[in-house]
Amino acid sequence: MDLLEYQGKLLFARHGVPVPTGSPATSLEQAVAAADEIGYPCVIKAQVLIGGRGKAGGIKVARDRDEAESHARAILGMDIRGFTVHEVWIEAASDIAEEYYASIVFDRSAKKPLVLLSKEGGVEIEEVAQRDPSLIAQVHVDPLIGFQDFHARRLAFEAGLDADLVRPVGALLAKLYEAFVREEALLVEVNPLIVTGERAVLALDAKVTLDENSLFRHPDNAELRNLSAEDPQEQMAKERGLTYVSLDGDIGILGNGAGLVMSTLDVVAQAGGAPANFLDAGGGSKAEAITSAVEVILNNPNVKAVLFNIFGGITRCDEVAHGLIEAFGSLEVKVPFVVRLDGTNDVEGRKLLADADLPNVYTEATMLGAAQRVVELAR
Amino acid sequence: MAVLVDTDTRLCVSGITGREGTFHALNNRSYGTQVVSGVTPGKGGQDVDGIPVFNTFHDAVIETGANTAMVFVPPRFAADSILEAEDAGVRLIIAITEGIPAHDELRVYNHLASRQSVRLIGPNCPGILSPGKANVGIIPASFFKEGKVGVVSRSGTLTYQIGNELAQRGFGNSSIVGIGGDPVPGSSFIDVLALFEADPETELIVMSGEIGGSAEEEAAEYIASSVTKPVVAYIAGFTAPEGKTMGHAGAIVSGVAGTAAGKAAALEGKGIRVGRTPTEVAEIAAEIAGSLG
Repeated sequence: MDLLEYQGKLLFARHGVPVPTGSPATSLEQAVAAADEIGYPCVIKAQVLIGGRGKAGGIKVARDRDEAESHARAILGMDIRGFTVHEVWIEAASDIAEEYYASIVFDRSAKKPLVLLSKEGGVEIEEVAQRDPSLIAQVHVDPLIGFQDFHARRLAFEAGLDADLVRPVGALLAKLYEAFVREEALLVEVNPLIVTGERAVLALDAKVTLDENSLFRHPDNAELRNLSAEDPQEQMAKERGLTYVSLDGDIGILGNGAGLVMSTLDVVAQAGGAPANFLDAGGGSKAEAITSAVEVILNNPNVKAVLFNIFGGITRCDEVAHGLIEAFGSLEVKVPFVVRLDGTNDVEGRKLLADADLPNVYTEATMLGAAQRVVELAR
Repeated sequence: MAVLVDTDTRLCVSGITGREGTFHALNNRSYGTQVVSGVTPGKGGQDVDGIPVFNTFHDAVIETGANTAMVFVPPRFAADSILEAEDAGVRLIIAITEGIPAHDELRVYNHLASRQSVRLIGPNCPGILSPGKANVGIIPASFFKEGKVGVVSRSGTLTYQIGNELAQRGFGNSSIVGIGGDPVPGSSFIDVLALFEADPETELIVMSGEIGGSAEEEAAEYIASSVTKPVVAYIAGFTAPEGKTMGHAGAIVSGVAGTAAGKAAALEGKGIRVGRTPTEVAEIAAEIAGSLG
């Protein structure tokens, strides 16, 4: 779960990571009031989960009230690469002398948090890594002992910081690590981490990804969902407890098990089709879950045909057939379905479908055959 | 022979009194696995269809000689249960639970890594099946028979699909090991490849990976340097968009890292054949088996 910049900054602030004073706003009035409160000059920043906000005109400095009003009016409602701006963050303008980079990533390969620090901030860190990896200092932290002072010193010296910055940057990293662990983040990134003219250090941006599996321990964070940025089908699926990802194509896909669904998307693409979604109905799917899934898939107006690819383990094929039959009873279905049922109770499932004789529903014996058939039908 | 679970397995099921725990414990027992005990705090002294239930793993190990644990408890209790099993002396822990917080997994992994000779399979995995010997987990055993192909996979149902395609070409399996779809699996492809390499019954290995992380790339290096048996690979997620979690918590492409194309290229770069569909994996396996005679 990705947080908006201001949500990340407020989370940082809870753990003592220094951030500029600021306030979020969803309306013009709120934005101007916030700007007045913070004082001028201030910065008005579009809050969307996509990079390139500055280039798109979503970040502006306001020197007075009039500017604050005109910038906020322009930014609220603006479209930035397909994301509508519903919220802005207004913060005190900072006196930037240096732009550094700091982050903590969940290193899956080493199975340890990895802390990165570089003097090359304000640009894409991938570019820096490509240009000269030695510009990025890196330290793995043993999660059983946590971030120690020596980690901070090593990072600061290896990154080549000036002597007077070793302590304040080290302190900021320690607090950032605390935020990473306590909030159970998968990523915290500060780019840029700035040094002001008065040699203070400050997180000028915040990118935070939280672990959705840990939200039961963080009810406040669970509230932070940025639903306005989510796609309508994904939102609908989430409400129904389904694992769904929207894609660009026109073939609706349902399967059981994440790996099998990913594989189904690939096989459909190889057969010349374009999947409209990823939908994992999960292990042991009951009829109601299937009916509900069909509703989500058909809610996407681009869908021209639907493929069910089920390999029953815990999932029973007869339950899947029941679910599909119920869906046809309660929904107006205008597109063809191709159904492949294999595994637990497949004979019963196929018989149920044959007896129901649903219009425009075709059964196929193999995954490959089913993929080819659905691609033909979508043409 | 088989790997990890066999007729010597003495299984203790954590969460045995829950609906899923009971169902699969009994299912594993009816397959022939020795399910010797279960653990549910507060329900010690009860039994599940004759399987004694204990309050703690320590009691279960002392009273029933359990050497393998299967963890079926909900995510918020799972890390604790894994650590308890290790503390009680269990040396093979299979965690089926899906949805364990990543930081819990990180602590568990690093703690177990500091201990001697304890192995965790999963979490978020379907378990391990050694056909004809033992089934620990939720793999539908009826689709698999004894044979010479070892299978290691990050996914459940996709493994059944591939296993089924192999079975249709007459292949059986030494063992099928699901290592799970989470970002911090207790055992990696490399760990299981090493077991299959050492297992005399296994003649061919099928490895089924997916997007996210770099475990497949690391496996490619390892296979090239340390595996003499033929390996056929499969990678799911060629069509997955960047930045989206595809069902498994670990299945996510971040920037240019963790793509299916990158993984397939890393494997093929080391001379390992990668099937583009589950069907093609079975075809390649058949071709290799034919050339082995």
